[in-house]
Formats: sequence, C-alpha cells, structure tokens
Amino acid sequence: MIEATGLTRYYGDFPALQDASFTIADREIVGLLGLNGAGKSTAMKILAGLLLPSAGTVKVGGVDAVLDPDALRRKIGFLPEEPPLYREMRVREFLQWCGELKGRTRKQVADAMPTVLQTCDLTHVAERVIGELSHGYKKRVGIAQAIIHRPEVVILDEPISGLDPQQIVEMRKVVRSLKEFATVLISSHILSEIEQTCDRILVIHKGKLVAEGSDEELSARGERDRNVALMVRGGEAELRAVLDQASFVERYELAVRDGEGHRELAAKVVLTGDHRKALVNALVQTDLELRELTAASATSDLERVFLKLTSGEEAKA
Amino acid sequence: MRGMILVARRELAAYFNSYWGWVVIAVILLIDGLLFNAVAMGDKPKYSSEVIEQFFWVSFGCTVIASLPVTMRLFAEEKQTGTMVLLDSAPLSRWQLVGGKYASAMLVMAVLVLSTLYMPALVFVNGKVSYGHIFAGYLGLMLVAAAATGVGTLGSAIARNQIVAFIISALLLAFLVLAWLLAKVTDPPLQDVISYLSFYDRHFRGFGEGKVSSESVVFFLSVAFVSLLGSSRFLAARRWQ
Repeated sequence: MIEATGLTRYYGDFPALQDASFTIADREIVGLLGLNGAGKSTAMKILAGLLLPSAGTVKVGGVDAVLDPDALRRKIGFLPEEPPLYREMRVREFLQWCGELKGRTRKQVADAMPTVLQTCDLTHVAERVIGELSHGYKKRVGIAQAIIHRPEVVILDEPISGLDPQQIVEMRKVVRSLKEFATVLISSHILSEIEQTCDRILVIHKGKLVAEGSDEELSARGERDRNVALMVRGGEAELRAVLDQASFVERYELAVRDGEGHRELAAKVVLTGDHRKALVNALVQTDLELRELTAASATSDLERVFLKLTSGEEAKA
Repeated sequence: MRGMILVARRELAAYFNSYWGWVVIAVILLIDGLLFNAVAMGDKPKYSSEVIEQFFWVSFGCTVIASLPVTMRLFAEEKQTGTMVLLDSAPLSRWQLVGGKYASAMLVMAVLVLSTLYMPALVFVNGKVSYGHIFAGYLGLMLVAAAATGVGTLGSAIARNQIVAFIISALLLAFLVLAWLLAKVTDPPLQDVISYLSFYDRHFRGFGEGKVSSESVVFFLSVAFVSLLGSSRFLAARRWQ
C-alpha cells in the first residue's frame, strides 16, 4: 500500500529524514517509533502530501506523492499531533464539511456518518460545539475527520499524546478498529503504545530508519534469550565444567546455596545467542538436577532494543 | 468548483457566526457615515454631484481600510490555529483554496460597500443625482474592494499570524494608495510606473466623478488577479518549506 524509497528531507541544511526506505502492506498497522525530533512527523507529512521530499519517492496505492498530490490526498486521512478543528462548528457539521472537502458527495458523507461517529464513540456528542469538548473527545473528532471519507491509508501523529489512561485504552480500540478498512500508520515515542497497537514497527532515529520488524522480531535483537538464570542441584565443579566447555556460553556467575539436605547452585548465564535448548541438553546429560531456567531480563525487551538503537549502538539489520 | 464553494461557505459562516464580521461592517459603516456627514455633506451648500464625488472619496478610503480586517484572518488564522492542515491535506488545488477564501471575503466586502447605498440615496431628498454617476462610483468601489481584498489575501497567505498579515497588507495598500506622492519625487520612466499604480489618483478618481475607464477596470482586476496568483504560489511553496 505504501512504498517509500530513499526518502530524504532537509530543512535548510538540517537533514530531518535521511534515505528512509520502507513498505507497508494493505490493512497493516505500523508504528513509527522514535524520540522527539527523530523525524517521525516529517515522514508522516510527506506521506500525507503536506511536504515534498528533498529526494526519494513515495507511492501510496500506486499514486506518486510528488507527481499527483491531489490523488494522494484522496487516499489519505491525516491527524496531526494537535487535532485541526474549527472550534465554533458542531461535531456533525464539521465532519460533514470535512468529508465533502475530501471529495465525497453530501450523501456519501451522510451515509458514512453514523458508522464513523460510532467507531470514534462520538454519537452522543455529535450535536455539540467542538470548542466545548474535552481533550480526549477532540482527539476523537480529529480521528473522525481523518476517516470520514473512508481513506485507504490513515496517518495518526501521536494520537495518544495528552490523553489520560482511560482515554488511551479507548483510543487503542479506535485505532485497532481502523484496520478493518484502512492501512494505519501511527507515530509515538511511547513504546508500550506502539507495542500494543501495531503489527509492525519502524524505528527512526536522527532522521534515519534504524530498524524495522514486529515486536517479537525487534525484541529478538535484544538480550532476552541471551540472559538466563539457572537453578541446579548437584556438584559445583560439575556445573562449572559444563558451562566452561559449552562454546555457546559467553560468561556466567555462580552462587552456592546450602539447603536442607541438598546444595543448590544459582547461575546467571550469558549465552552467545538463543542457545537455551543446547544449554538444557548439556545439563540433562549430567547428574545435575535442573530445577529452573528462566529469562533473566527484568526490563522490556523492546525498550532495551529501542534505547540501544537510538543511542547508535546498533545499525539497521 | 465544489471545493471552492465549500471553503467559501465555511469562511462565510466563520465571519457571520462570530462577532467579527458584524463588528467590522458596523465600525466601517459608522466611520463612513460620520465622514459622509462631516466631509461630503459639510456645512456649506454644494452641488449634489460634488457631494456624491466626496462621498465616493470617503468611501474609497473606508473600503481600502475595511479590506484589512476582513482579509487578515483568511489564511493567517488557519496557520495560527493549526487548521491549515485540513485544507493542505484536502484534494484541492491552490487556486480553489485561494478562490474560495477570496470569494467569501469579497462577499463580505460587497455587503459592506452596498450597505452604504443609503448615503447617496439621502442626496436624492434635496438634490439631483445622475444614476450613471452612482453606478460608476459603485462600480469603482467594487473594483477597489476586489483589488484591496486580493492584496489582503496575499498578505494573509504570506504571514504566519494575523498581526503580521495586517501589517504586510497595510504596507502594500499604503504604497498603492500613496503611489502618486512617491511618483512626484521620482524621475521618468520610474515615475510613470509608480504613477500608474496609484489606486486613487490615477484610477479611482474618474469613477468618483461618474466616469468609467476601461483602463482602470483592467488595472484593478489585474491587481486582484496578480495578488491571488501570488497567494496560490505562496501556499503551494509551503510544501517546500
């Protein structure tokens, strides 16, 4: 659905986006993850036809964003970080106007109205003046204006910023429901949000796309499977021998605890990769009694990977 | 065309659903009425045509000044409040967008100009006025409104906020109105060019006297067209910024 190749954008001499290439499939929810100022909004504005790239190409549903911006805009629904709303208008009146402005007929918009109001849970405030609504409802009206014309692609820039926890949960449902008819690109610097809402993640840092993949794929680049904690009953020397001889063990720390009638060995082992199965196989071939093997990680795997990526330790895979 | 109508419709609603449109019209009409009484009617007896001539002179100034508050919000307010993105992300050509905004402002200006009709009508009570003179004067006022609204639209398209839009438009219009003064202190051929740009001295004075000049009709419409062309170019260039 979206195909970006070598996307680059300069503001003066400052490169806000550098040589970003990615594709997004139809009906996929993709998260654009990055720190503030990473280039997320720039990428989204280019995809929405609001900015022209300094270099590179973008195609949305086969339409070139540079050559045919009007055709692109018909396919896109865009919500910037601050919802663009006319405060003096009523919700229904505003959405009707937006739908018609996006090229739909009065009847088409009127027919789509009940569904959109329901999707965004706005039915009970449809006749209210926008300026009187809470921040959460204004965000919903912002999403509603982005989908009232049934776009093929919905682009949401930081849709949960400024929302309270309950509103965030509700917004998550709204975003997930958009997948029924559209491809969704959502940006955030909040990891948990991206993790819970998106099928796939693009990590952007200092204008460069540094990683992409699903939550699991990105987490696999972390150390979840490398750090394991062992609880073994048996001889210390025997355990040391196993760990010393195993080529997949990078290092380990061993602690001995004397229990009632037995000796327990607690080891923190760092593997060279996801070699947990090999480690178990090596241990069961000895007289050692393996009581427990767990991932030693206590922090979010994606969080660790993200911090690593954005501190420049890891390049794009 | 439909996009242009949608933009104009919302803009008109914004003028008249808030106090802004009404306040601007009321204030300008009040000033125009006071000046008509003080300057055009005056204390001494005058010929009706002289009164009408001075009425158009006063109304010319009021029309130019009114164009500033009417147009300053067109694009600058959208940029200030962040709603410009709605228009930028809609499948509208920049001409449709500028045309819609301009049409709405022009409609407000037309209401304002035509609301002054009661003043020449008063002259009919005790005097004789040629309908042709009234028609020519109002045609001139509408052309001045068209040109000044165009310049105001350009100022609003350039500026990021309404105050700056007001200042840019005021400077441009002040130049066009006072160009005849500048022309006096310049040498040919620059003098001819500057003199030609003078809104009142070169182009409106004839309308105020009841004479329609096709050259001036073309001039005012050209100023409006060039201003709108500039506005659409400035808005299109936003994608490069």
